[in-house]
Amino acid sequence: MSQTTAGVPETTTPTQVPGGLRTGGRLPRWTSWAVFAGALAAVALLDLAVALNTALYVLFTAVLGTVALFGLSRAAEGRRTALDRLVTCVVASAFGLAMVPLVSLIYEVVSRGIARLDGEFFTFSLVGVVGEGGGAYHAIFGTLIITGLTALISVPIGLLTAIYLVEYGAGRLKRAITFLVDVMTGIPSIVAGLFAYALFSIFFGPGVRLGIAGSVALSVLMVPVVVRSAEEVLKLVPNELREAAYALGVPKWRTIVKVVLPTAVGGLGTGITLAVARVVGETAPLLVTVGITNATNLNPFDGRMATLPVYAFYQLTQPGVPPEFAIDRAWTAALLLIVLVMVLNVVARLISRLFAPTTGR
Amino acid sequence: MAKRIDISDLDIFYGDFRAVADVTVSIEPRSVTALIGPSGCGKSTFLRSINRMHEVLPGARVEGKVVMDGQDLYGADVDPVDVRRQIGMVFQRPNPFPTMSIYDNVAAGIRLNARRMAKTDLDGLVERSLQAANLWREVRDRLNRPASGLSGGQQQRLCIARAIAVEPDVLLMDEPASALDPISTLAIEDLMTELKERFTIVIVTHNMQQAARVSEQTGFFNLSSAGQPGRLVEFDSTEKIFSNPEQKATEDYISGRFG
Amino acid sequence: MTGVNPSPPVRRLGDRLFAGSARGAGIAILVVLAGVAAFLVVDSVPALVAPAADVPGGKGVFSYVGPLLFGTVIAAVIALVVATPLGVAIALFLTHYAPRRLAQGLGYVVDLLAAIPSIVFGFWGIFWLAPRMVPFYAWAEEHLGFIPLFAGPASATGRTMLTAGVVLAVMILPIISAISREVFAQVPTLHREAALALGATRWEMIRMAVLPYGRSGVIGGAMLGLGRALGETLAIALVLSVSAGTMTFNLISSTNPSTIAANIALQFPESSGLDVHTLIASGLALFALTLVVNVLARAVVNRRADFSGAN
Repeated sequence: MSQTTAGVPETTTPTQVPGGLRTGGRLPRWTSWAVFAGALAAVALLDLAVALNTALYVLFTAVLGTVALFGLSRAAEGRRTALDRLVTCVVASAFGLAMVPLVSLIYEVVSRGIARLDGEFFTFSLVGVVGEGGGAYHAIFGTLIITGLTALISVPIGLLTAIYLVEYGAGRLKRAITFLVDVMTGIPSIVAGLFAYALFSIFFGPGVRLGIAGSVALSVLMVPVVVRSAEEVLKLVPNELREAAYALGVPKWRTIVKVVLPTAVGGLGTGITLAVARVVGETAPLLVTVGITNATNLNPFDGRMATLPVYAFYQLTQPGVPPEFAIDRAWTAALLLIVLVMVLNVVARLISRLFAPTTGR
Repeated sequence: MAKRIDISDLDIFYGDFRAVADVTVSIEPRSVTALIGPSGCGKSTFLRSINRMHEVLPGARVEGKVVMDGQDLYGADVDPVDVRRQIGMVFQRPNPFPTMSIYDNVAAGIRLNARRMAKTDLDGLVERSLQAANLWREVRDRLNRPASGLSGGQQQRLCIARAIAVEPDVLLMDEPASALDPISTLAIEDLMTELKERFTIVIVTHNMQQAARVSEQTGFFNLSSAGQPGRLVEFDSTEKIFSNPEQKATEDYISGRFG
Repeated sequence: MTGVNPSPPVRRLGDRLFAGSARGAGIAILVVLAGVAAFLVVDSVPALVAPAADVPGGKGVFSYVGPLLFGTVIAAVIALVVATPLGVAIALFLTHYAPRRLAQGLGYVVDLLAAIPSIVFGFWGIFWLAPRMVPFYAWAEEHLGFIPLFAGPASATGRTMLTAGVVLAVMILPIISAISREVFAQVPTLHREAALALGATRWEMIRMAVLPYGRSGVIGGAMLGLGRALGETLAIALVLSVSAGTMTFNLISSTNPSTIAANIALQFPESSGLDVHTLIASGLALFALTLVVNVLARAVVNRRADFSGAN
């Protein structure tokens, strides 16, 4: 918590050093730990009197410890240092507070989802399933197919747009595209879903549900992410390399394809993987474009498909009777989604590490 | 192979700003021509306009004539990409392609242009180019290692090998030794003396001893004040420029009484 | 290119094709965005011209969308109020307080929050957060009931507007903290050392050098978070217990207005005909709202970029 500069005398009272340099009194390093341990003990005593839940336990300890440390420091070290310590406590508590949702969420999902993480879950759909059993085979493959199609649409458009912005673009068109990519980043996912629905209902009539419509909706969300990250990465490729290729008489497009893109491949891979991770868990657009089905449909051009997030949504909100089996399946689907996203994130980091430019000398 | 370049009334612009004005000069084949002058006087800009590298910057353009053995390089039907294949360039900082091996760097001019060449021919070309760049003996055991593992001086000679592998007629060098230590600099200078048997070489340098050592002709660029275009003040044989220049400005610059 | 170029550039076929397709992809983005707006408008028209009685709720499209818009804004504002100070504090912790070696790892951990799919936050909101908020709501009704926000009756399930707002806050926290972290890390060492050289404590240095420098970045990050919160769908759809058409500032009861996005997600699959058009009209309103917020946010963030570029 507190960091005392080495060499500063650790005294509890202000002292006058013979040289005339007044060292503000410093509390010993262990003070803050000791104060919080004391606060914890005090709250434990309080707990004996009035039963406290965990949240209040932690809250009281943090508040009591902070106040005590502030008071002590105020008396021993002066107002300014005391305020500094106070802020340190507040900032560290804020970080601790932010960890609560993350840790509880992961614990909750893993502990509830692990029950149905079995072979059946991966190999069976929900056809004819009432109550126990059944799986998400159809939803897992639906998610993979629709996400794959999304990447197939988004990566070329996103990469080419980034190439345009970095290598070719100039003037108003470039500014307009940059601005609109920013705007697109902020489109609510449900609005993207409505757009794809409206687009496809022109051709297939109202009430249309197609896997490809879901991919189009997700592409609206994925393209700007790909553009942004690819743009950043391409800008990092030194201009010297482009010039070196031009000076060899290499046309611009070959320079981009053979020199710029290979140099940036690690960053591009990372960006694309993270963009996939961003859309793989999207639920809202798929809810309105792809719908849900209990049977396995792996053809994105023919009617409703199941996807993991939508599967999880309906298993939770419309579990049927008795509800507990469907709710278990919902949690397992949620767990699978988290695992999928985490794996993609790890892969992204591996890519960036693997392709990190080999620094010479 | 080496070709003569005649430049007449050349104006070079960055957008609306005229960076270099009214250059008329002839560059002799099989010799080294040095361009000297203070920073920002447009010598590098001028060099880059000879192989049409100047225009890759947005808004940059050139007016006037650059004629190589009778062909106007800025003619309406001339592809700048073809110009650059005939006029190679070496940059101030060594810039090997970091994703490629030493071998691939030398072969880059061939490979990147998708020219088909038998493996044995390509091997021969790579070896010849590396030998011409005095690098062969140092790297022949590790041709497949990344180029970024070489020292700065080796990287610069690799860039020279890469430039001559496409068999250009002219070699432009933009302060090729300014980022190198004295020993590597000497290696590059020796190399230039060998290469001028085969190529027309134009070199921009801040180092006047270097210009005096390696070049036959020297051009002095200067600008009268900031915001004014740079001009070719004097162009003559190196001996004349360094011993008995016509212009006062040249003499001041040579003798260090500049600015 | 300005002025007369004596040599019009000769372009190769490969160059023309490649440049053309890159440009085409960029233009496709313009077209798609125009398409989003156009399709939403066209498909909203039937709802706008329909007799008021035919629209769900029976009082026309505006009184249908009104309460939803209200709910959307309330939830997003709660999220913003909770997440902004927390996000800034986290960013400060990671840039100036956490030990160097730990900071990067902890940063990844915070970023993990951004990676979790929103439906999972919904699950967490219902099953973990909501029940734990119930005692607080009971306490708040009893002791803070005089404030309209806590008027009650307190929800027994915890699926209130406040819970929904807190879930949203957790979801936008990584956005705010990531952007704040970026600007705090960019504070010139010179500024920080100048403050330290004057004998400032760490907090005084932060107040003198870091916060003023990063202010517009924090504001921009908060607005981007707001944009995200306005459009968030599934977490709200799962967590919030809604009753159609209500408009209330009471944050702890079971009677809440829905939000536009959540309402679409819940109603759309079962809707047909005019109902669909009404939902699309509400989507158009959401699109317009987030568009304004995001454009403003970008303007703030970019102005800062210009400013720091000039330094």
